[in-house]
Amino acid sequence: MIRRLLIVNRGEIALRVVRAARELGMCSIVAHSEADTDSLAVQRADEAVCIGPPQASKSYLNIEAILQAAESVGADAVHPGYGFLSESAEFARAVKAAGMVFVGPEASIIERMGDKAMARQTAIDAGVPVVPGSPRAVSDLNEALAVAESVGFPLLIKAAAGGGGRGIRVAGNAAELREQLPMAQTEARTAFGDDRVYLERFIEHARHIEVQVLGDGERAIHFFERECSLQRRRQKVFEECPSPALDDTTRELLCRSAVALAEHVGYFGAGTLEYLYDDTTGEFFFIEMNTRIQVEHPITEAVTGVDLVREMLRLARGERLRFTQQDIQRRGWAVEMRINAEDPERGFFPSPGQVQRLVWPSGPGIRIDSGLYEGYRMPPFYDSLVAKLIVWDECRESALIRAGRALDEFTLEGFATTAALHRRLVDDPEVRQGAVDTGFLERWLEAKPTLTPSDKEVVS
Amino acid sequence: MSQQDIQAPFPGVFYRRPSPDKPPFVEEGQQVETDSVIGLLEVMKQFFELKTDEAGTITAFQVEEETVVEAGQSIAVLEVK
Repeated sequence: MIRRLLIVNRGEIALRVVRAARELGMCSIVAHSEADTDSLAVQRADEAVCIGPPQASKSYLNIEAILQAAESVGADAVHPGYGFLSESAEFARAVKAAGMVFVGPEASIIERMGDKAMARQTAIDAGVPVVPGSPRAVSDLNEALAVAESVGFPLLIKAAAGGGGRGIRVAGNAAELREQLPMAQTEARTAFGDDRVYLERFIEHARHIEVQVLGDGERAIHFFERECSLQRRRQKVFEECPSPALDDTTRELLCRSAVALAEHVGYFGAGTLEYLYDDTTGEFFFIEMNTRIQVEHPITEAVTGVDLVREMLRLARGERLRFTQQDIQRRGWAVEMRINAEDPERGFFPSPGQVQRLVWPSGPGIRIDSGLYEGYRMPPFYDSLVAKLIVWDECRESALIRAGRALDEFTLEGFATTAALHRRLVDDPEVRQGAVDTGFLERWLEAKPTLTPSDKEVVS
Repeated sequence: MSQQDIQAPFPGVFYRRPSPDKPPFVEEGQQVETDSVIGLLEVMKQFFELKTDEAGTITAFQVEEETVVEAGQSIAVLEVK
């Protein structure tokens, strides 16, 4: 049983968990920093406890302070939300060691799926396709050419010690590989002090498609996929459920592979398996797993009718999965627009401020997940996501039209947001056709003069 | 000689170092050129460089490492020749 649930997060997701806890008759206690004392989540929760100063490192990431707070309020379970400590195996372990339930998988599963190399190997073991490439670093040109033979071109030459998009070269054919490989090795040695490079197939126009799963440690089921190809700087901006790119056969294969991987590791709780989908070949490749609830979970809830956060809590308090795979059906289409406190006209510069006037859209098919209210002063310390506008309708075309209608009803005065960007996106002919890939939004922004990002000031 | 106040252009958290294990961008008493980076300001998980408008000497920092600052708050004093 869970009676007293400590929610260690902030913003809309803290409020989301408060709501689910309330519906299950659990007492919700929001652990918050000094900067979030007046948050809507704190106001709506049954209780609240301060865990430290505004800086996340001293509050939302401070395991010691959190455990102390949990003890002082007599919590018997901890929900980590997303971000912060939600994928910290150390935190999951500490919560359990303190005699509480961690709402999520075991620390060992978080560790296993959080490590990219281990997750890749686990996927291979479970028979799930991963991006084809060299099994390890290639030592010389002959080995590289042999790999290229089996993987095919174009190829990415990636520095083993690189990361975040650095230390990557593209080879379109064997001649280019001959030329690029030594250069890539030299570059890797200079940049990272390690000249090991490996090869991976370059998917030029990839979509980001992910599968939602729930597991009870033995059995896992999927809740279909979401497509999150509209990204800026690897941050998702707009998501939809289902993906417009998949036919039923591919969807079935994709979702089954996610269930196979989840069951292979005995997955527990809510999780998401992320894939790259190659439009030109119809192939999908597992890239990583998120062992927590995700920002964009509401679109899956809209289409399947299942409250995922409530199910997470049911599983955590010891219930088995209440559904069979056949129980999970899709109905209609849902999109999520992330409303960030950033100014798209000024290179997405953060725009914290005070909410002067706020009118939410409403009517059929509209859901708002947000911690905003009139008079709320947004602290500058955290993520810029301030609201999620989720729109459901019977098909994709009508969902996008309805999204436009919802955005027209939305008024927020006090600071700039990305709502105006979404208003243009939902009318864009290519977005309407679903003809997008992970590079689409950045190309689109560059082509729109008034929305050109000027990122000169940004250093990281 | 005149003294200039270098202010935070927006609220955030001020850092004097590029990362916790690196030395500060500038020390007190150090001479700087125009457009020298004297610190970082973090707002909503984005980092922005705080730069000098003129050449001179940074005579004092008014706030400590990792301090929460308001827009317009004085960060450092620049002595211009």
